[in-house]
Amino acid sequence: MPQNPVSELTVEQSIPGVLTARLSGDWNKRTAGIPGDRVGQALKDTPGIRALEFDTRGLGRWDSRLVAQIRHWNLECQSAQVEFRPTGLPDGVQDLLRLASAVPESADARRTGPQSGFLARVGTAALTARSEGLVFFTFLGEIAQALTALLRGRAQFRFQDFLLVLQETGPNALGIVALINFLIGLILAFVGATSLAQFGASIYVADMVAIGTVREMGCIMTAIILCGRTGAAFAARLGTMKVNEEIAALTTFGISPVEFLVLPRMLALVAMMPLLVVFADLISISGGLFVSVSLLDVTSTEYLSRTISAIKLKSFLLGISKGAFFGFLVAYTGCLYGMQCGRNAEAVGRATTQAVVAGITAIIAADGVFAVISNALGI
Amino acid sequence: MNAAPQIEICDLTMAYGSYVVMRSIRAAVAKGSVFVIMGGSGCGKSTLLRHMIGMIRPATGDIRYDGASFWSQNDEGRQAKLRDFGVLFQGGALWSSMTLAENVALPLEEFTALPPGEVREIVRLKLALVGLAGFEDYYPSEISGGMCKRAGLARAMALDPEILFFDEPSAGLDPISSRNLDRLILELRDSLGATVVIVTHELASIFAIADDAVYLDAESKTMRAQGRPKDLLQSPDPRVRAFLTRGEPASSPTSGPPSPP
Repeated sequence: MPQNPVSELTVEQSIPGVLTARLSGDWNKRTAGIPGDRVGQALKDTPGIRALEFDTRGLGRWDSRLVAQIRHWNLECQSAQVEFRPTGLPDGVQDLLRLASAVPESADARRTGPQSGFLARVGTAALTARSEGLVFFTFLGEIAQALTALLRGRAQFRFQDFLLVLQETGPNALGIVALINFLIGLILAFVGATSLAQFGASIYVADMVAIGTVREMGCIMTAIILCGRTGAAFAARLGTMKVNEEIAALTTFGISPVEFLVLPRMLALVAMMPLLVVFADLISISGGLFVSVSLLDVTSTEYLSRTISAIKLKSFLLGISKGAFFGFLVAYTGCLYGMQCGRNAEAVGRATTQAVVAGITAIIAADGVFAVISNALGI
Repeated sequence: MNAAPQIEICDLTMAYGSYVVMRSIRAAVAKGSVFVIMGGSGCGKSTLLRHMIGMIRPATGDIRYDGASFWSQNDEGRQAKLRDFGVLFQGGALWSSMTLAENVALPLEEFTALPPGEVREIVRLKLALVGLAGFEDYYPSEISGGMCKRAGLARAMALDPEILFFDEPSAGLDPISSRNLDRLILELRDSLGATVVIVTHELASIFAIADDAVYLDAESKTMRAQGRPKDLLQSPDPRVRAFLTRGEPASSPTSGPPSPP
């Protein structure tokens, strides 16, 4: 093959009405300085062109860059009703051009863009919100049904799965729950110490840490940790099972995925959360104790006796029952988004994110509702 | 075609840890030929392919491309060599968060300095070559398995590779789609001048497209034969013959009855 380092394209009208494109030099992806689209220009500018032919005797190495360019001219010729004469092209190029047009574009392949008017968008959003709401409540109903089946002893529920999830959500989370709640106890004590010390009332730090922890921080922080840790894991696990058609396989055996997969996770979290909250309360109080004894003038006996008298049974039970409810919310959002996951890698990521965001939002919102209710009831 | 071989497998031993999959594989692939790696399920066909495309390091032995060792060079050299390869994975392995056009465009955008307009033209050409004109804006989840495979082929060809590797191209395709894919592979080989390496156990494909083939045997953990599949029907090795005739000595589904055992 002749090697010509400079790529050239000349277009001329050798015979009246026939354009000849003369290509020379290398014409591949690594070639710099490929000439611009003179053929398209000439087709537009010169009136009375009937045919386009090629002279590629000087052409060096070529690859699909050349083929793509020539195909572009071919399509332009078709739309301008100019005859396209490929005979001057290398055989490989002619073969590829033939292959590329072997399967004509099917008429319904190319899609029209979605409607983008304001009203259309509002309508689409409303319909989406409606169907998402339906999905949300349908899932709640499915869980209720599965629970009823379980109580009747008819659910496809494997006890060893339940124990496995129990282990994963409870004992395996102790480390991170302890760390976070110890720090929260420290922080609460520091916040209280700076203002209470001004009144010489440092001992009331114990009351503040105890009440703050037992009523609010213990269950909220534990729920948020579990949402990021366990809720996300549920969504990713179920989502991946959906992508791999594992959930479809369960369904074809007549096994309800809700009973088999969702129920153990939900029950495990609802069972574990109260225990974790008690643990979190103890750790958080010991964090407060640590600050009070080491920085304030408070003995540990004083601190503990203040703590015991500050915690009412009602507050303690409120914290624990909130914990159980938050456990339900975390499992619910995790499993819901996992089961609704699409069928590709990106959808799994989205499901996980949605599960965590929705879970944390639900936890905080529910806590607000609990605050209003307990205030009204005087708990 | 009789020039120096483009690919040489030199006394290759494949192992996962201490478990040896195959030992002493020797083969040479001529430039521009269609080379088939065949053998029963689980015998290490795909593992051999993965050694050839740089995903698994050989336990011993080497693979040479155009006479140069592939595994004894450094990582950059291997990376550069990989750009001469196009690989079609079993399920197509399209990136699911990108449209077909974006899938094909990604290697072009990463490894060439072409302007976006030209990239778009090349992408349209590649998709048209595999019969997917007009499907540029579809996501892999919106098209069928066979279309995914063809789109994967378009992506494998994006950089005009010298060697195309196919892992079970006809798995999961109906006989007609599978035959069309075979024909497409041959036409692309003829027009692009690429060498094609195919892992398959589809007899119809093997007889239709292979210029050369190796048979890997799981039991003896080595290759038992190399040659044209039609010649291998007369192989002295009964196991090779049994594979090529589906173990039915009387009625061969393909060209002519094999010689009696």
